[in-house]
Amino acid sequence: MEFANLLPVIAFYLFAGSACFCALMVVIARNPVRSVLFLVATFFSVAALFVMLGAEFLAMLLVVVYVGAVAVLFLFVVMMLDVDFVELKQGFAEYLPLGGLLAFVLTVELIVLGATFRLPENVVAQVPIDPGVSNLEAFGLVLYTEYAFFFEAAGLILLVAMIGAILLTLTDKKGVKRQSVSAQVARTPKDGLKLVDVKPGEGII
Amino acid sequence: MEFLFDTSTMLGWFVVKTLIILAYVVVLLVSLAFILLADRKIWAAVQMRRGPNVVGAFGLLQSFADFLKFAFKEAIIPAGVDKPVFILAPILTLVMAFITWAVIPVAPGWVIADLNVGILYVLAISSLGVYGIILGGWASNSKYAFLGALRSTAQMISYEVSIGFVLITVLLLSGSLNLSVIVEAQAGGFWHWNGIALSPITLVMFPMMVVFFISALAETNRPPFDLPEAESELVAGYQVEYSSTLYLLFMIGEYLNIVLMCAMVSLLFLGGWHAPFDFAPFTWIPPVLWFVVKICFVFFLFSMVKAIVPRYRYDQLMRLGWKIFLPLSLVAVVAVAGWVTFVQGGA
Repeated sequence: MEFANLLPVIAFYLFAGSACFCALMVVIARNPVRSVLFLVATFFSVAALFVMLGAEFLAMLLVVVYVGAVAVLFLFVVMMLDVDFVELKQGFAEYLPLGGLLAFVLTVELIVLGATFRLPENVVAQVPIDPGVSNLEAFGLVLYTEYAFFFEAAGLILLVAMIGAILLTLTDKKGVKRQSVSAQVARTPKDGLKLVDVKPGEGII
Repeated sequence: MEFLFDTSTMLGWFVVKTLIILAYVVVLLVSLAFILLADRKIWAAVQMRRGPNVVGAFGLLQSFADFLKFAFKEAIIPAGVDKPVFILAPILTLVMAFITWAVIPVAPGWVIADLNVGILYVLAISSLGVYGIILGGWASNSKYAFLGALRSTAQMISYEVSIGFVLITVLLLSGSLNLSVIVEAQAGGFWHWNGIALSPITLVMFPMMVVFFISALAETNRPPFDLPEAESELVAGYQVEYSSTLYLLFMIGEYLNIVLMCAMVSLLFLGGWHAPFDFAPFTWIPPVLWFVVKICFVFFLFSMVKAIVPRYRYDQLMRLGWKIFLPLSLVAVVAVAGWVTFVQGGA
């Protein structure tokens, strides 16, 4: 094979390999923080695969949303939890039959799927709808025209979820001192300052 | 040998690109040395001190002396740290700081990767920069470092939101995510630059430039938002346990990010490489110099803020980010979108 064709192939196997390896390490790693780190590496490798497919917009979104926000929150929680490994291992034998069963079912399903799945003969290669249109425009043209209602409905559902989460945690505590910027700015020397002429030996009562 | 530099073949392209990237990195690092010195000099001047003035004329070689000092000292890795992560964290910070520069166009056509999603790429990589700090703080196995890392992460995530919205206003105006196209859209004198254009929309864009500037301060942990390394509370925050070269990597990464933010301000709002007047003799000066001048100007503002403004309290910082900048930038997005649709007649 020519060198020019070889480079994308090398890149693909590099990123695909690292995605698989990191996904495996998420499960195997003993330290939960390292698990999250491998999860981040998995996301990143998959984003690289997206770039190779020509879907650079999706790749950037994956990095911004999942790596930049979701995984950071994961990391936050896992770091604060301080997981006790001894306690974790105690439950291992207890859950082994159930976990083993689940793993077995999933493996069988994957094998059945892999054995029967065939790509249709008339499948189109991974080219964008119109090569002259950038990723972003292609997305926008579909999202804001054909699927505008679904798109907005999804936004509304997220808004409701957000309001719900805020309502659940919002408590009106009494006696909390809050900063009032307008009150601070409105302070004048007149009401903030008191000059006292202290007589020697007496002090202020 | 000539086939190595023939860009029509894959190998030649590979070699030439690698050489360009190497040259770019060297130029960045050397300029960084002087920018660091400028930061200290400006800070000193505000406090009526002299600043570094011993090594070289006017202390010009101070940063290089510091570099040698950092590089030749023993790297101490404390007992009880998570060693691989401890070493990985500063390297990650540095790498993330460097690869963002790949999409920054310094002059017409002078860009390493002319991505169609340039702005999103900058946003994505800068959100990855959090990992260097949070991992460094966690791996150090120290209370100070951990607290600093937590503060830093919360702060960076908060201000990233408003930075994202400000970026949206800019890309609505220029109709592209490509940084080169955004700069090209501001051609023709300073009255066309996004931040200070002679147009009603500047009433929105100028405040957005200020919001972006302040958010950039918070994003890069600069004073007055340097709570992650507030020396009066946390000694040095996430960097407490780091020494010699590993610390140096953190510091270079941090300053690279600062200069990157200066470059972003000048690209998005101050017309990038364009001269302030589009006629001679201003157009005789090469575009790259104009860009450097603008970066230096914004960096001067960064240093002045550091020298003048006292540190924020943590709740004030969060209040500023979530209760003021976020609603403000959100309203600006709506305003700019309306302007583009109804006044400019669609982009």
